[in-house]
Amino acid sequence: MSANEEAARHREVRNAWALSAPALILLLVAAIGPLFIMLVYSFLTPGQYGNVEWKFSWDAWIGTLYSRDIFDGTLKLADAHLTIFWRSVKLSLLTTIITFIVGFPTAWFIATRSPRSRALWLFLITIPFWTNLLIRTFAINEIIRNEGLINSVLMWMGVIDQPINMIYTDTAVFVGMTYVYLPLMVLPLFASIDRFDMRLLEAGYDLYASRWQVLRRVIVPIVRPGIVAGSILVFIPALGAYVTPRILGGGKNMMIGNFIELQFGQGRNWPLGAALSVLLLIVVTIALMFYVRASTKGTNNG
Amino acid sequence: MTTDVAVEARNAVKAFGQGETAVRALDDVSIQIRKAEFFTLLGPSGCGKTTLLRLIAGFETPTSGQILLDGKDITNDPPNKRPVNTVFQSYALFPHLSVAQNIAFGLEMLGRPRAEITKTVERMLALVKLEAMAGRKTSQLSGGQQQRVALARALAPQPKVLLLDEPLSALDYKLRKEMQLELKRLQTETGITFIFVTHDQEEALTMSDRIAVMSAGHIQQIGGPREIYTRPVNRFVADFIGETNFLSGEAGEGRVTLASGDVVQVEGAEGRKGKVTVVIRPEQVRLAEAGAAETIPATVESLVYFGTDTHCHLRLKDGTEMVARLQSPASGEAGLQQGQSVGLRFAPGAARVLED
Repeated sequence: MSANEEAARHREVRNAWALSAPALILLLVAAIGPLFIMLVYSFLTPGQYGNVEWKFSWDAWIGTLYSRDIFDGTLKLADAHLTIFWRSVKLSLLTTIITFIVGFPTAWFIATRSPRSRALWLFLITIPFWTNLLIRTFAINEIIRNEGLINSVLMWMGVIDQPINMIYTDTAVFVGMTYVYLPLMVLPLFASIDRFDMRLLEAGYDLYASRWQVLRRVIVPIVRPGIVAGSILVFIPALGAYVTPRILGGGKNMMIGNFIELQFGQGRNWPLGAALSVLLLIVVTIALMFYVRASTKGTNNG
Repeated sequence: MTTDVAVEARNAVKAFGQGETAVRALDDVSIQIRKAEFFTLLGPSGCGKTTLLRLIAGFETPTSGQILLDGKDITNDPPNKRPVNTVFQSYALFPHLSVAQNIAFGLEMLGRPRAEITKTVERMLALVKLEAMAGRKTSQLSGGQQQRVALARALAPQPKVLLLDEPLSALDYKLRKEMQLELKRLQTETGITFIFVTHDQEEALTMSDRIAVMSAGHIQQIGGPREIYTRPVNRFVADFIGETNFLSGEAGEGRVTLASGDVVQVEGAEGRKGKVTVVIRPEQVRLAEAGAAETIPATVESLVYFGTDTHCHLRLKDGTEMVARLQSPASGEAGLQQGQSVGLRFAPGAARVLED
């Protein structure tokens, strides 16, 4: 490489850094900074009225899984915490699976329309983004609560004489999250199905594959990047969901997000909240690494 | 060669669209394709050749009529139930699979045992000379190599019939020539019936045992390459296959009087009367001195050098244009000049008379 080329390359690299500096600084300050504060706080002692005392302690980290007996001070597994963790993981997984099952045919339908009507269908999918999440969640609340639309209509028709209790259950949270996160599954799926060469379907049928085999052996492996992206976009926000479980789950059907909020609010245990947040981050990162590796490796045998 | 029929279409009609606006891509086509034959469907785009191929593959269902394979009606069988494989124009190789996995796909779907699949894949790779590429992704191959993979993939399940949908159209000239020979070799080696779709008449002539020339949803003529070239049944076939001179004239008393007033002897003119067209291939036209006996006077309009031969554009007295293809002499000079007067002639057997 000549000196000129070398200099040009250096200039290019410098320019690239300079151009991305604003975004990088913003990310550092707004994302890494608070995360660092969280990490530090998780090793401190809770203050009397919230906030923290600058005294090192492992208590918050121990408190994520164990609770100390009020009377004799012994540690035992905190069932309540585990229930919340399990509910969060279970509901997020269910949401991801259901949004995929519903979203895949939807995305396929849109991707196989003519270019003109395709724009319309995509527009319809994005309509929910036009309204605030809180308002949409309250709308679902309005539909499924005891005096809500479904129960009123069913009672008016005489199908039931007692309202069916749907609100403030895990199911309500699950339904709400499925509704909220569906577009996030459909859009990346659409993007990858749109790039799928439909002529491969004929090649598959021609080579003796049944419809199911074509789906499993040809379509799914090829649109896998979209499936991975969609699943990540649904699972991660679902795991940390706050608004939906708060409004549709009530106070008792908490998910991790609500539990963390509780520590910073009424719980007045900021270090525990911080530890829980960092724990959530670690769990998500590990899960992501496993998921991405497993889904890119398995392309050969479907 | 056995004369058994491998594939038969009976009165096959395929209409696209509904009612008044319906377009008949195939209009009452009946055809018999023999076992182990290299059969070509030739015609311009939109003539229905690809539609006929897709009916045989099972991607389309005929509006009416039947498709038979080995005498069995397969009209309503889905593509995955037909022992017929296709080499697609776009190749349609599976991008997520390696070369070997692509070739194995059909065998796996048929549920063949592992050991057999491995052996067949190896044999196929050897057949198309891609042993070194077995582990590659198809996107890492050149166009010609992808073409071979597509062939191997379609041949691996040992279909009764192999359908080829303009498979060579994406290749450059030299590679295409190579693949033509390769296809012919594969067909002879495997003994599988090949049905080849193309719009390239040269390709059709060099490779086929028999050719069906199609136009506007109809079959115009079926025959061997020689027969199609030398004895076209109508103007369309004569025009589509190779270059041709058309001379209009009046038949009578076993001869044809051309529009230029010259009288020529043509085989097949006996017993005809009225307006006819005389068809003469450029390479059958001979040039002589102006005024020589039994020649038609003409003027040299232009000369185009093509390497192996030279095209001599001629004009008759009445303005009719003709082309004569002359073998270029070793010295490179044709000995002709623009504007020169010449006499042209052709053997009576070299020309054909077609009803107008």
